[in-house]
Amino acid sequence: MNSKPVLSFKNIEKSFGDNLVLTGLNFDVHPGEIVSLVGENGSGKSTLMNILFGMDVIRETGGFKGTVQIEGNEVHISSPLEAIEHGIGMVHQEFMLIPGFTVQQNIKLNREPLRKNLFSRLMGKSFDTIDIDAMRRDALRALKRVHTNVTPEDHVALLPVGIKQFVEISREVDKENLKLLVLDEPTAVLTETEAEQLLEAVRSISDEGIAIIFITHRLDEVFAVSDRVVILRDGLLVADEPTNKLTKTQIAEMMVGRPLAESFASVTKRNLLDEDIIFEFRDVSVDMPGEELSHVNLKVRRGEIFGIGGLAGHGKLAVGNAVAGMYPYTGEVYFDGSILNASKIGEALKHDIAFVSEDRKGVGLLLEESVIINITFTDMIQKNHYLKKFGLITQYDHEKARQDAERMIKELEIRCHSPEDPVGRLSGGNQQKVCMARVLIANPKMLFVSEPTRGIDIGAKKLILNRLQKINHESGVTIVMISSELGELRSICDRIAVISGGEMQGILQPDAANADYALMMSGDPSVRQEGGVAR
Amino acid sequence: MSGIKDFVNRLGMPRLIMSIFLLLLLIMVAIYQLPFSMIVSQSITRSGINMVLALAMVPAIKSGIGMNFGLPLGIICGLIGGLISLEYNITGLLGILAAWLISVPLAIVAGWAYGLLLNKVKGSELMVGTYVGFSVVSLMCIAWLKLPFNNPSLGWAMGDGLRVTITLDEWYDKALNELWAFEVFGVTIPTGLILTCALFCLLVWIYIRSRAGMSLMAGGSNPNFARYNGINPNRTRVVGAILSTIIAALGIIVYAQGFGFYQLYSAPMTMAFPAVAAVLIGGASATKIKISNVVIGTTLFQSILAIASPVAAAIFPEGNLAEVFRVIVSNGIILYALSKFEGGRFK
Repeated sequence: MNSKPVLSFKNIEKSFGDNLVLTGLNFDVHPGEIVSLVGENGSGKSTLMNILFGMDVIRETGGFKGTVQIEGNEVHISSPLEAIEHGIGMVHQEFMLIPGFTVQQNIKLNREPLRKNLFSRLMGKSFDTIDIDAMRRDALRALKRVHTNVTPEDHVALLPVGIKQFVEISREVDKENLKLLVLDEPTAVLTETEAEQLLEAVRSISDEGIAIIFITHRLDEVFAVSDRVVILRDGLLVADEPTNKLTKTQIAEMMVGRPLAESFASVTKRNLLDEDIIFEFRDVSVDMPGEELSHVNLKVRRGEIFGIGGLAGHGKLAVGNAVAGMYPYTGEVYFDGSILNASKIGEALKHDIAFVSEDRKGVGLLLEESVIINITFTDMIQKNHYLKKFGLITQYDHEKARQDAERMIKELEIRCHSPEDPVGRLSGGNQQKVCMARVLIANPKMLFVSEPTRGIDIGAKKLILNRLQKINHESGVTIVMISSELGELRSICDRIAVISGGEMQGILQPDAANADYALMMSGDPSVRQEGGVAR
Repeated sequence: MSGIKDFVNRLGMPRLIMSIFLLLLLIMVAIYQLPFSMIVSQSITRSGINMVLALAMVPAIKSGIGMNFGLPLGIICGLIGGLISLEYNITGLLGILAAWLISVPLAIVAGWAYGLLLNKVKGSELMVGTYVGFSVVSLMCIAWLKLPFNNPSLGWAMGDGLRVTITLDEWYDKALNELWAFEVFGVTIPTGLILTCALFCLLVWIYIRSRAGMSLMAGGSNPNFARYNGINPNRTRVVGAILSTIIAALGIIVYAQGFGFYQLYSAPMTMAFPAVAAVLIGGASATKIKISNVVIGTTLFQSILAIASPVAAAIFPEGNLAEVFRVIVSNGIILYALSKFEGGRFK
């Protein structure tokens, strides 16, 4: 492409204190081009986007070096509003929509088509009448451009998660001067079909001549949609190549900076006894808002890695949360042959059952406390480790905790300046590793992990999965892994249960056909099978 | 330039402003040639007798109930303990010890009920706590008239009920202050008082580093995390309320012996505010507090008050303008501290 670039980054450099997060970054984006921006967590992607949008964080931490050019002219963007004026749009990972408004109100927010009336002639523009018909027409056109059939009068709150993402893109597309659209992990919350639709929409937007920066963790999507890939690693641009010149492995290796072993270690068929049941749900129903589970029976064999898959909002997350005592349940839970009163706080932990919550920030961590305290907390509370005793008085043994925490930091490659840093300052993937470290250090008999790899990069993902496999194989820890990512479940699980609509649909072998999984996840009763020992 | 900025950031704006104000007052002391040693002695004593009350904020904040505006509840328990020690004419250090011992069980019961109440009003602890304090003080105004105290030194010369202020001369006025006290360059060092403060600070410090203290902290800083780790955050909140109430009860006795009086009726009504302001100035927030915040904050706040009085008296020699000035400074600092305490965070 020889046209003038829409956007050029020239020698961008940014540091937070002494910590250099972007070093001499140069790249261009041309009209109608889709550029994938990939990199591990903490590689500098978000910082770069914050610079582009003139976010306060950048200015408050001393600004940046280098220049940003839009259509060849140097610009100084000091607020997201200015970025919009320059024709840059952004679709966020979190939904920036007003739930109580209709789709069309959201799309046209603050840009409503107006008509003069008698009153507004006297009182000024704020009193103009909103032209509802024009608003509906514009909204419909924008929705059509992203291939979405939604009624513009619907309330956003009632829409499924996937559709909201499309509404958000429509809003950006509707802006007349849009030249560049940044999509920050737009498919993270979508199902596979929705993700495909979204990629389709992205392609057609770019055909209109709009340049697109596509930030993603999913390498399949990079190949499906982008013309060019820009790879960041530790703030350095390590590659800027046309997509068709690279392979998936090459990209993955450049992201992590070392060669990756071929795929995840494959599951060896093991001798697990069908009679040796360590954990059992008998007719369990869980009242967890948004993830209700009804009348589920399941049996987990001692020493296995048991996967639970299903779509978001269909109840799979309720399994771990019920055992951890976070939500009330009915029915019976058995552990090691005896009944477990899991709704009593701490009861499961007493039996050496540990949890990694899907909600890192809300449940998994003490964000203001140090990495050391976060890693050693469960072990200290449950097993009285890391405590010095003086008669009746106990004191937290910071020195010993620090030593062990440092060992875990090394083993799990947790990136932090110091183990004394508050854990809230680490990036998402590293926070997840801290959550893992917290349960691993306590040597559990059984482990429930919910969405262990959500929103983290490929390097961290691999490390966590390998680690789970390692404690399973070497220490015989029984693991129940609950995840939305089927690929990940199939890479390490012995059996995979599928939950849909709050009900157990059946149990599949990890090598079962894709179609079987898809049908079960859709809750199609024709494929329900009496799989394994589950029913 | 960046060095100065760094220093200010580390020190925090409120502490910087308070330190500058303190410095200005000290310059005034020099200008008006006020007795410097007396003023320093005053500052030390005031800081000491108020420190334990401010220390009561530590378990409250750690457990997640936030600033304990219900401090008067604990103060009332301390006052009852104190009055019982007077009733039986226990004097000297033994009297203080007796007052402490009697007030603790009362504070446990009161703090437990207070904690249960706070669990029912999560999110509005500040307002509810304030009114719990006000209500209990008002209720006790009746009780002070009716409680069966018979020691004639405690009651009015005629009629029923306890006096508004009870002078401690006969029992343990300044018993801790004067314990092992000595003088250097004309400054009186109240060794006993300083040791008492140090002891209570040490005990609280040991507690927050213990297993129980760490559970308390987890329950306060992330209740869901606590539950996931087998800790009942509602229980740790009650524990926090009990501990805070106990420390307040012990604290008012330390305060009274140094001040020389037990003040009954409406006196305890606003006693939470100086304690809250002190820890805020010391750098605590609604969710985070360290012992050093208590020590630094109380010392800064109370030193300013101690110095403001004589300076005001020198500037306005007429009538009671000095007292008015002292009240303005005191409430001004409290207002300043609270204004920085927005959205649950101290900026």
